Amino acid sequence: MSSLLVAIIVVPFVVAVVTYFVPFRVSKVLTVGSGSITFGLSVALIPTAAHHAQVTAGGLLRVDALSVVFLVASTFLYAATAVFAAGYLHLGRGAAGNRYGRRFYAGLNLFCWSMAAVPLVNGLALLWVAIEITTVLSALLVAIDDTDGATEASWKYLLIASLGLGVALLATIIMYYAGTTVFGTAYDLSYTKLLAGASHFPPDVVRLSFVLAVLGFGTKMGLFPVHTWLPDAHSEAPTPVSALLSGSLLAVSFYAILRYFQIAERTLGPVFPRNVLLLFGIASLLLAALYLLSQRDLKRLLAYSSVEHMGILAIGMSFGVPIAVVGVLLHVLAHAAAKGTAFFGAGSVIRKYATKDMANIRGGIGALPWSGPMLVAAVLALSAMPPFGIFRSEFLIVSGGLSDPRDTVAALLVILVTIAFFGLSWFTTQTMLSPDPDPTTRGGTGAIAVAKGEVSIWIVVSMVIGLVALVILGVHLPSQLSQLLDRAASELGSPR
Amino acid sequence: MSHVPSTYAGVADTAAVLVLLTEFAMLRAPLLRSQVRLYAFQSLVVSALAVFVAASRHIDELYVLALLSFLLKVVLVPTLVLRLLRGADADLAGSPVVGMASMILIAIGVSAFGFFAVGSLHVHSVALPTSALAIAAATVLVAFVLIILRSDVVSQAIGFFSLENGVSVASLVVASGLPLVVEVAFLFDLLVAVVVFGVIMRVHHGRTNTLSTDELDRLKG
Repeated sequence: MSSLLVAIIVVPFVVAVVTYFVPFRVSKVLTVGSGSITFGLSVALIPTAAHHAQVTAGGLLRVDALSVVFLVASTFLYAATAVFAAGYLHLGRGAAGNRYGRRFYAGLNLFCWSMAAVPLVNGLALLWVAIEITTVLSALLVAIDDTDGATEASWKYLLIASLGLGVALLATIIMYYAGTTVFGTAYDLSYTKLLAGASHFPPDVVRLSFVLAVLGFGTKMGLFPVHTWLPDAHSEAPTPVSALLSGSLLAVSFYAILRYFQIAERTLGPVFPRNVLLLFGIASLLLAALYLLSQRDLKRLLAYSSVEHMGILAIGMSFGVPIAVVGVLLHVLAHAAAKGTAFFGAGSVIRKYATKDMANIRGGIGALPWSGPMLVAAVLALSAMPPFGIFRSEFLIVSGGLSDPRDTVAALLVILVTIAFFGLSWFTTQTMLSPDPDPTTRGGTGAIAVAKGEVSIWIVVSMVIGLVALVILGVHLPSQLSQLLDRAASELGSPR
Repeated sequence: MSHVPSTYAGVADTAAVLVLLTEFAMLRAPLLRSQVRLYAFQSLVVSALAVFVAASRHIDELYVLALLSFLLKVVLVPTLVLRLLRGADADLAGSPVVGMASMILIAIGVSAFGFFAVGSLHVHSVALPTSALAIAAATVLVAFVLIILRSDVVSQAIGFFSLENGVSVASLVVASGLPLVVEVAFLFDLLVAVVVFGVIMRVHHGRTNTLSTDELDRLKG
């Protein structure tokens, strides 16, 4: 089993190096292969992680049920995005296009490698290192299009995320100090050790470390008020990168917060960590729901939807009921699939209409006979419509929240999610379900008339993959996966 | 416990205060070049503090760390940034959003907050006096002020690197036993971050022909 962990770390890295040297046509195939292999290896870990405590490789790699959930989410999106990118990239002929393609594929594979590494590494220190690597790699990918917007977005992203990680580093060091009171001055920050000793740590120190960690890693996760880089980076990055940022980067940052949550819960009891997450979660959800009502840019709309869903994750953890925690973990998986699919659809629309401005996009369903309806389905999935996975996960979260004495929070959650649903569905119906623009009246509306037909078969395939996953998560959870989620939820629960 | 600080505690506190004062000096430095030099000096103090802790507490791994951090933060980073500055042909730091005097006042305010907030935690460390931890927290907060109120990419990047210096002091105080592999990983990360900061600064300069961030206001809402 431990060789699986090593393989998940090695395969994408090797492929990333190779893709830098081979023509990008070969890279397309290699990346799809690498994504599928890593996803397959992660799925192979599910049965073990669902039944045994942990799998380790050396002292550096370790997975338990919690990490496998996030590993599966990020490698699934790696595979799906690899398929999508094969259809999305339009490279100019000649040296410039070739150079862009090589950089893009090397960067994409490295980025996915770093995100797979986050749940695999053992210990808070290596966790911080892995997340810092995801930041710098993704900042380069945001800048790769070399437009004014991309440069601005990547600078803001790099600076704000680095500051957040500076705070998170302080959190790591303070948590290390908390550990020295039990383990002596020299020890490694491995999870097993920290979780075993956590109940004897000094509470004030752990409290400080937890708040700093939520603030620091919350910057990468897109929690209010440190989310400001997120809409810019998501809208200016190449669309495959946007999908990865939204579906897996935010999720692995949430994973980091959960690791601190696990320790803080053992030291401080459940109330304090839950309240911190509740505060950030409500604020993020409120902000996102309101911003969703006033977007013109298709990718910014999806970006604010990510802030919304990260808020839901934080609120779901604050309920602290096992059923809500299972819902949160399922939500991570379903959000990765749904947001990925929505961005793939958005990529198809953007290629077709050559604009992100939703005022100029009309009749999407007529122009894109396959990806148009599937984009609508993905947006409905994001708004928690059955039969998709997010319906099930939000249902679990809300029903957990209603069993909590503070059930007003669950009610507030439902209201804010409804506002967000309104914003998302309003713009989607406007752009996708409207009649085809008539070329003769074009000057009045600004809508762009386009020929009917798909951009690429690869995009359609990637969206089918995402929707199938969403339906599986929503209709019938495979029993192994369900056991995995239960086990991960119990790992997150306080042993007391 | 004696109220007269030992020589050891005195040296450590002095070093930490020097790091904080350098941060203030960066805040008021009008030339980008002097900011980079101040950063190099600050990193030198941090490396020296690491050697000092290594020698007095007999933690041999810290010597390696001090050497690596000297090479990276005193030699490599300033050289890279100064080279970028020569290419960019820009001398003056972006004018701060508020006046210099207000900026210093804000910085004094936040550093006092950081100092007393962390001081009230009563963290006890065997490696260094805990007042050094409070001073390190103050340094981190002043670095935030520098980044938020300055409007050019070099000041902001240097602000981030100096924030890392503040965290390094904190880690010397409370986490001097951190395994070497982890410390080296941290430094390696910083190296990668420096390279990426450099790349994006270069891209920014290439597009706008300036180091100022005043034009970075297109993306909103």
